[in-house]
Amino acid sequence: MSTPTLPDKRVVGPLTVTDFVRYQGASGDMNPIHHDESFAKGAGFPSVFAVGMLNAGLLGTYLTDWLGAKNVRRFQVQFRAQVWPGDELTFEVSSVSERTGDDGSTLLDVESVVTRQNGDVAIKGQATFSTA
Amino acid sequence: MSDTAAAPDDLIGRTGEPFEFVVELGKVREFAHATQTTNPEYLEGPSPVSEATFLAAAQHWQTEKSNPLYGIPMDFKNILHGEQEYVFHGEPPRAGTALTGLQRVENVFTKEGKRGGAMRFTVIVTEFRDSTGKLVAEARGTRIETGQTPPKAEA
Repeated sequence: MSTPTLPDKRVVGPLTVTDFVRYQGASGDMNPIHHDESFAKGAGFPSVFAVGMLNAGLLGTYLTDWLGAKNVRRFQVQFRAQVWPGDELTFEVSSVSERTGDDGSTLLDVESVVTRQNGDVAIKGQATFSTA
Repeated sequence: MSDTAAAPDDLIGRTGEPFEFVVELGKVREFAHATQTTNPEYLEGPSPVSEATFLAAAQHWQTEKSNPLYGIPMDFKNILHGEQEYVFHGEPPRAGTALTGLQRVENVFTKEGKRGGAMRFTVIVTEFRDSTGKLVAEARGTRIETGQTPPKAEA
C-alpha cells in the first residue's frame, strides 16, 4: 500500500471538568487534583487540571479514527505541559513513514503533537500501526 | 526529593503481586465515550477491540500490593506523569478477554532538571498475558519526582 495522506488537524474542547471526571471514572484514576478545586489549590495549583491520560486518550482517538482501532501496535506519549479547564487542544500528525516489521509486514510510524490554544505543546506522541 | 528515597538498585526488578484484569464490554464502551470516539470498532458487536490507552483502566483491578513500590515512602505532591507507552503484540485485547497483569520496576535514574534541582525518574512496566501465558500487551509508565513547585496556568 502507499503511505497514507496525513489527516486534517482536529480541535477538541473547550475541555470541561466534566470531561476530566468522566475519564477518571472510566480509568479508575480518582486523584482529586483533577476535580476537587480546594484540593488542587491546597497543593499549590491555580485550579484543577486535566488528567494527562485523558489528553493521551483523545490523541488515541484521533489516530485510531484515521488508521483503524485494530491496527495500533504501539502508542507512546510524552507529557509536556498541563492542560486546564477551558483549554482547546489541537491534534496534528507531523509525519508518517512506512517500514517493514520483523515479520515482513508493513508498519506505519506516526509522529503527532497536541498543542494548547496558546501554542504550548501538551503532548508529543509516537505510534506504530499495522497496515494489515 | 525525599531523603527517604530508596536506592535505585534496591528498586529495579521489584515486582508487585499479579492481578486479574478482564476487558469488559461496558468498560470498553465507557472508555470510548470518555475519550470521545464514535468509531464503531469500539462500540458495535459483542467483542469490540479496546482503545489504545484502555489498559489504564487496569487500575480498577489492582490493589495496593499490585504496585511494585508498595510500602516505599514518597512525596505525592511532587509526582508528575512524564511518559506513557502501550505496546500490543497483535491487535489490542477485545472485550471478553481475561488478562493477568504483573508490574515491575524497569528503571530508576536521576537527572538534573533544566531549572535546577534533581529529577528522579521511575519506569514501571506492566505485562499483560492471556490465559495461555502469551504476552498480549505491555504498558510502560514513567513517573517523575521533582523538588519543584507546581507550574502556574498560562492563558
